[in-house]
Order: sequence, then structure tokens, then C-alpha cells
Amino acid sequence: MESILNIRNVSKIYQSAGRELTVLNNVNFSIDAGSTVAITGPSGSGKTTLLGLCAGLDRASTGSVELNGVVLDKLSEDERAAVRNQYVGFIFQNFQLLPTLTALENVMVPLELRGAKNIKSHALELLDKVGLADRGHHYPVQLSGGEQQRVSLARAFSNKPALLFADEPTGNLDAETSEKIIKLLFDLNKDAGTTLVIVTHDPDLAARTNRVIKMKGGLIIADENPSYA
Amino acid sequence: MLNKLPKQSVPVSWLFKMAWRDSRKNRSRLLLFISSIILGIAALVAVYSFKDNLQNDIDRQAKELTGADLIVESRKAVSKKTQQMLKTMGNDRASESTFGSMVYFIKSGGSRLVQMKALEGNYPFYGSIETTPASAAKTFFNGRDALVDKTLMLQFNAKTGDSISIGDLTFKIAGVLDKAPGQTGISSSVAPIIYIPLKYLDKTGLIKTGSRINYKYYYKFSNPNELEAVIKQLQPKLEKEGLDLDTVAERKEQTGRSFRDLNRFLALTGFIALLLGCVGVGSAIHVYIQEKLSAIATLRCMGLKSWDAFLIYLIQVAFIGVIAAVIGSILGTLIQFLLPIVLKDFLPVEITMQVSWSAIGQGLLLGLVISVLFALPSLLSVRRISPLNAIRATFESNTSKKIDLLKGVVYLLMVVFIVGFTYLQMQGWVQTIAFTVGILIAFLLLMAFSSILMFLVRKLMPASLSYLWRQGFANLYRPNNQTLMLTVSIGLSTAFICTLYFVQGILINRVTLSSGASQPNMVLFDIQNTQKAAVTDVAKSFKLPLMNQVPVITMRIEEINGKKAGVDSTNKRAFRNEIRATYQDTLTAAEKIVDGKWIGKVVNANDVVYISLDQNFAKSIKVKLNDKIVFNVQGMLLPTVVGSLREVNWSRMQTNFRVVFPSGVLEQAPQFHVLMTRVPNSETSANFQGSVVRKFPNISVIDLGLVLKLLDELLGKISFVIQFMAGFSMVTGWIVLVSAVLTSKNQRIKESILLRTMGASRKQILAINAIEYFFLGLFAAAAGLILAISGSWALAKFSFDATFIPPLLPTFLLFSSVVLLIVITGILSSRSILNKPPLQILRNEGN
Repeated sequence: MESILNIRNVSKIYQSAGRELTVLNNVNFSIDAGSTVAITGPSGSGKTTLLGLCAGLDRASTGSVELNGVVLDKLSEDERAAVRNQYVGFIFQNFQLLPTLTALENVMVPLELRGAKNIKSHALELLDKVGLADRGHHYPVQLSGGEQQRVSLARAFSNKPALLFADEPTGNLDAETSEKIIKLLFDLNKDAGTTLVIVTHDPDLAARTNRVIKMKGGLIIADENPSYA
Repeated sequence: MLNKLPKQSVPVSWLFKMAWRDSRKNRSRLLLFISSIILGIAALVAVYSFKDNLQNDIDRQAKELTGADLIVESRKAVSKKTQQMLKTMGNDRASESTFGSMVYFIKSGGSRLVQMKALEGNYPFYGSIETTPASAAKTFFNGRDALVDKTLMLQFNAKTGDSISIGDLTFKIAGVLDKAPGQTGISSSVAPIIYIPLKYLDKTGLIKTGSRINYKYYYKFSNPNELEAVIKQLQPKLEKEGLDLDTVAERKEQTGRSFRDLNRFLALTGFIALLLGCVGVGSAIHVYIQEKLSAIATLRCMGLKSWDAFLIYLIQVAFIGVIAAVIGSILGTLIQFLLPIVLKDFLPVEITMQVSWSAIGQGLLLGLVISVLFALPSLLSVRRISPLNAIRATFESNTSKKIDLLKGVVYLLMVVFIVGFTYLQMQGWVQTIAFTVGILIAFLLLMAFSSILMFLVRKLMPASLSYLWRQGFANLYRPNNQTLMLTVSIGLSTAFICTLYFVQGILINRVTLSSGASQPNMVLFDIQNTQKAAVTDVAKSFKLPLMNQVPVITMRIEEINGKKAGVDSTNKRAFRNEIRATYQDTLTAAEKIVDGKWIGKVVNANDVVYISLDQNFAKSIKVKLNDKIVFNVQGMLLPTVVGSLREVNWSRMQTNFRVVFPSGVLEQAPQFHVLMTRVPNSETSANFQGSVVRKFPNISVIDLGLVLKLLDELLGKISFVIQFMAGFSMVTGWIVLVSAVLTSKNQRIKESILLRTMGASRKQILAINAIEYFFLGLFAAAAGLILAISGSWALAKFSFDATFIPPLLPTFLLFSSVVLLIVITGILSSRSILNKPPLQILRNEGN
């Protein structure tokens, strides 16, 4: 199967209080198109940093990141932004809906950024899929946490991304709502055929993916396929 | 694998749409930030509109200002030959002799020095002398009647029909003089006018040796071409005789020029208010962008380019800037109607206020430019917000620490803007640089002061203080604190108001001090040789001390180092004016020789006469030590040599002279005398003046008490104008404060929730806020006060040559008022945080 994400010898080093802090140390892996992958590990293990590098939010100190055939290493921030807009979707732990936009407008933003026209029906369709067809005109503050994350899911799929990154997507939700959100995420992902990369602490959630990459101290300590995936 | 780099460009229309959407829940807040500049723009639009209207009115009423097409003016009696020529000019003509003289109100027994105008002819040819009754302006020529200024009528409780004594004659008051051509409220209260018919002037007996009479000849020309021809033909001849020509165009230019200075001053005070507002805008936008960090990072995650993110917020600021400019322009257009009321005592023309579209245009442009320019440093940082902020709340980008060259360019543009704008007002580089550097120093000093205080509070705060105090203090230097910005804006407006108050005090004190117990407070001048002994007797009969009695001789310079007036065209000033000199054998306490040697007596008739000149006067007539000057003393030529140069302390209450002769030369020359004395109270003053005026009508008396009162009145009027304009800065400073408090509301809400969750009472949170605002107010007001005291001290020492001691009680009151205002505003603005339950705030605040 073709790789959609190639991480080669990637390290990330921060300067902190005059000394170097290695957050990621020579990480290597590839992700096949259409697969679902979980990145797990304790706090400070470097998983969020890895997610940031994989999604083109940051630049690696050394090594190379190739996303959907585009090598990100030498790209400017604006070029990487174009890559994100074209190929990447995001789901955040704290939802990150734009507070001044309605649910519908939030879903439309990624497409609007592309300059796409007549997108309202597509956005409404997505809202319908996440069960919020009648809440499109509501602002985030008027929605519950679970509803906000559902809008966030609709937004993440709106630009039909090749790769979807989810950063602790249930971290701020109760167990019952989490379960609903996860089901919705996997259903939507299956329908769209998107590659899904989830950063999570939750072993149950990780176990639902095809592959689990375990991290500790900036290193990959295990890369395994869950038995019941 | 192929590198398929996608192309992406966001339509501009979407940026506008996003700017609109993003502003949804912040519009009132954005408007509040920008409201800081509304008053500054309003002040400038008002001043510009007033300037336009004033110029239009001066243009329209120029002829009423002069009352004639041409005025020929002379400070000495005009020769018979010239008089013949003057009598043939123009289609209509009038003449007037103006001089200072005492008037005695017979009924009340009061007397005062006034500006006497003896008039003949149909003047004014344009406009009118306004009187009550109106007919008096024409009928007073018919009898021995006078028109008396309304301030005099009020002062001496006089009525039409009463009698006044002027010199040896008695005149009946035919009417109250309400307004003469070109006269302003100020000029009439400083030098009130009395009109009498010219034909009675000689009989008053007021024209004596040393009388300073200004002769004016007014002309009306039906044909403007004829006027031009006459001016062209006569100007050189008349100027050679020392006569001045004044036309409507010249007067128009002159009046416009004097008001240009006033308008410059008004515009600059408005500009200071605007600059204060800009500091507020810059700071508020900085906090606004900080709060938008997460939303911007999310958009960046979704693929928004850095410049597009910048443009979204630039559009917001520009749009709100335009709204502020529109509101400011409307407010300014309304305020302009107040300016003629504020300035009414200074205006020589009647102002017709109209909407000035050019002023509004300038206001709109200024509002847009200034709001964008001062928001740009914060807006530019939007470009550097990393998308990583969306997944890491505490992410600090390495790139944000890099120096942003564009920001440097923006700061440079700000300086260029301030210098450019000031230059447009001042039209001179020296003043522009002085103003810009002055403002810059004030800003820097206030910033330094604020930083030092923050540092000291941080370092010296005792750990033993109770939590409430420590938290209150700590708020002053927390991240995103606005201590610096508030110290600058409140400090600057406090400094502005206090300096005005102090300078007014210095000026009043200076005159009051000169009237101290040992100083003279009354001056009698124009005392003739024959009257000298008798006047001394009158003073002695009132038991008044003779504190200074000097002779005054009127003369002109005939030649300098062998060059006569006609030859030396580069030094017209030296030959033009009459000089009033004295002779004495010793120098007075107010005089100090700075060059040469003072020789006090000429013993032999053939000895060289060494005179002493005031050093500044010598410089102005281009004369050095040992230069030869020939004086024309009433027709007799007197050769002299400059023997010494003196530094003269003109602020001393005594007669001082630019030219001093030694004794033994001028004793027999025609002369008059000046006498100085001290009257103990206003009753003795009135009785003594009455007695002098009745016995010696030609003698003029200056009562220092009255001068002091007039000065106080004049300064009061000027300071009212200044305070009116300074008010814009004060209110702007206050708006900046409110805006700053509300801007930091989100941060305060978080703290408040945390504290209340941990069990803090409403009262305790209120106390923390009160402590913070109290010290903020204390810092800001103290900084402003220190600036004002230093500035006033420097002005007192270097400009007014006076000592300055800040008045303790008023200073304390001003200081306390500023602190109190800040505490009240701060507490009232943060009240909404305290009055709501934490959970409700938490839900609202989250989005």
C-alpha cells in the first residue's frame, strides 16, 4: 500500500534556558493511506510534538517529513498552510471552534479558505451527518462540549482531507459522550476513506486503530498492530 | 514520489467576510478601544473648522477690521507739507489722534488711564462704531461729547449723560461704546477706549512734551486702482518721513497671522489628545490580539496564510478607525460651535460657523491613518502566530523572538507621522523638532518612571504584607499589565493640566511680588518740569513715599558712526522710533555693566559724552562699544560715544531705560518726569489719583493693583481656552483608563473566578482591585506631577526669571482628584465581574 506520511530521521530540539532540550530523537515511520494510527505515550513523551511535525504545523530540527507526496522540510510557513488546507484535517482536544462563527460557518471555513463556492449545502450535509442539522446557526457558546466536538468533526471532514489528525479528541469529554464521538469519528473516516492519526492517552481508543505507535522520552518504543483491530 | 505543492489563494471578499464575522462579539469592545481617538479627532476637526471659518470671516470682514481702504500712521506730528498731501488723498478721509490719558468720572470721583481717540471725519467707512444708543456714534461729533467704553461705564457706574473730565475740558457721555473697528474683548478690558471729537483735543491741554501720540489718517477709495497707484507713488515718500501705510490686505494678512499662531496652538493641544488616544489604541489592540491567539492559530491550522490572518485584523481596525473618525468628525463639527464662545474675547471679527468639509475630510483621513498606524505593531505580530498554539496553549514560538524588521519600519513611520503632522501645523523645523522632542522626552520620562516604579515594587515589596496587598501590588507588574500605558496617558494629561495651573500661578506671583511691601505700586508719568514740585507736594500731603523720580527726554538717533538714516538702509530700526532716555550719575539696582565703563558725570561742556546702552537694544540697532551716535534732542544734535553696555532687569518695578546719559548734559533739554510711589490701599489710591487728575490733567497714573487685576482676568481667559483644549487630553486619558480596565477584564475574570472558587469574598476581590488602582493612580499622578513641577520650575527659572514653589494645597487637591478618579473608574469598570456568579462568567468568558 502507498505511504501517505513518511517520517525519516526526525528530531526536534528546543532551546530552553540556554540549553538544548531534545523532544523527539531520530524518529522514523511511515503511514499507509487509508489506515488508522494511534500515537500513545505518557505526558512529555513527544507525541503532540510529533503530531505537530506530521501535520506541518512546525518544522523538524533535523530529518524529513513527507505528507501526501509533498516534502515539507523546505517549505515556508505559508506553503505548509496551503498543504494543510488541501490535504489535512484537524480535531483538537479543546475543540478549537472559532467563537465568533456559528456552527455552520465553522464547518464552511476550510472550504472558504480554498475559495470554493456553493459550499453551504455540503456543510449542512456534514452537520446532518453529525446530528446537528438544526443547530447550524448556533454559536459555540450555545453548544455543549459533545456538540462542539461534533461540529469540530464536521469541520475536519469538510475539505475531504487525505489525512486527519486528532489530538486527544475525547480528552475533554465524559465517557458516554466520548464513546459517541469516537463512533462518529470512525464512521465518518470509513465513509471518507481518510487516513486517521490519533494522539491519545486512552488505550481503548488506541486499540480501535490498525496500528499503535508508543512513545517515551522522544523515542518510538513500540510500533504494533492491536490484536483485535 | 512527485512533490505536488498545492496553490491556494483566499479571495479578498472572504477576508472582509471573516473580519466581519470575527468582530461579532467584540464590536463594542473595539469601538471602546478606538473611542480613545474620537476626542482627539473631534478636537482637531473643531480647530480646523474654526480656522477655516475664521479665515473666511476675516476675508469677508477685512474692511470692517480697518474701517478704511488705507490707513497712514505716524508716531510723531506730521510736517505741514505732508499734511497738505494727506489732505488731498482719497474720496473720503478722516483723522484720529490716539494717546494714553487719564479720565476723571465726576459723579463717582473715579479716574483711570484710558486709550483716548480724538476723531474727525466719517470714520469708519466700512462697518461701524457700535454704541448704545446707536445714534451716538454720529451725534457725538456735534457737541463736546464722548463715547465711553462699556467696561469703564460699568467700573465707574456711569450713565449716558454723565460728565467726565479729560484734561482741562469736561465732556458729556453721549453713549456707551460697545465695539470699535478691529477691537477685541481683551483689548477693550486692557486699554478701554474713549472717543472725543478731534476739534477739542488742543483745548484739553493734554498735548505736552513727551506726549506719546499716534496720528492716524483714514482714507476711502472708490476706485481700487487709484488706491494701488497712490500706494505705489506715496509709500517711499511717506516711509522716509517715518509714516506707515496699512491697507486692508495687510491687515487681513496680519490678523490671519496672529490667529495662525492661536490655531497652531489649538491644533497641537488637540494632537496631544490624539497621541494619548493612540497610545491607548496601540495597547488595547495588543491585548485584543493576544486574546485572539487561539482563534488565529486554529485558522492557521486550517490553512490560513500569515498575511491573510494579518489582513483580517487590519480590515477590522481600519473599519473601526473609520467609524471613530466619523464620530470624531461629527463631534468636532459640533464642538466648533463652542470655540467662538470660548475665544470670544480674542476675536476681532464676528464668526459665522459653518460645516467645513475640508476639516471633516482631514479628520476622517487622520482617524484612519492614526488608528491603523498605532495598531500595526500588534497587528504585524499576527503574522507570527504559529498554528502550534492551537494544540499547545503555552507554545512559545522561536520565531516570535526574532526581531521583526517591519515593526521597526512601522515605529519609524510613527515618528515620521508625528514630525510630519507637527510640521504641517508649525510650518517651521525648529518648532517642529522642539515639539516632537518635547513630547518624546515626556513620553520617555513617563515610561522610565513607570518602569522604575514597577521594578521597585517588585523588588521591595515586603513578603510580610497581607495577601490582599501583595496581590494588589503584583497586579501592577503581571504579564500584559497596562501600568506603563496608563502611567503615560494619565501622567501626560495630569502634567499638562498641572503645568498650566502652575504657570498661571508663576505669572500672577511675579506681578504680586513686584508689588510687595517695599516695592512701588503706582506710577505717575508725563509730569512736566513745572509740575514736578507740585506733584511731589500732593504725594507728600497723602503721606506717600517718593520711591523713584526720574527725568525722561524724548530723542531720535540722527546718525550712527557717521551714517544717517537715508544712507544706512540696513539699520532702519535704529532711526525709525523715538527713544525715551534719562540721565543719572549712578546706576540703579536693576542695572549691571557687562561691557565698558560707566561714567556718571560730564564735567566740562566739551568733554566726550559717554552713554550707556541696554545690551539687547545695542544688538538690535547694531551698535558696539565705542561706536559714535548722534542724537537729535528736540532739534538739537548731540554727539555721543557708547561707553558701556548694561544688563537691565526689566522685571523690576521701576523705570528702566535703553539709553542712559551721564548727568551734566541733558538737564536743560525739554523733558518730563516719572514718579513712583506706594499707596497703602485702594481708597488712598482712588483719592490720590483723583487729586492728581484734577490738578494736573495731563499726568497719567498707572495703578499696579488694577494692572494685577487685569492680568489675572487676562490669564483667566487665556487659561480657560487652554484648559478647554487640555480637557480633551484629560477626557482621553480617562477613556484610555476605562478601555484599559475593560481590556484586561478577561484576565481579571480568570483571577476573580479562581479567587472566588478558593473562597475569596467579594469584598476581598474589591480590595485587591482598589489597591491596584490606587497605586496605579498614585504612580501616574505622581509621574505627571513631577513632570509638571520640573517643567514649571524650568519655565520659572529660564523664561520668567522667577522662583517657583508649588502651591501645596492646590497641588495636593489636584493630585488626590486624579488618584480618586482612577480608583473610582477602575472599581466601577470591574464591578460587573464581581456581581456575577463565577459559573456564569466562566461560560460567557470561554467564548
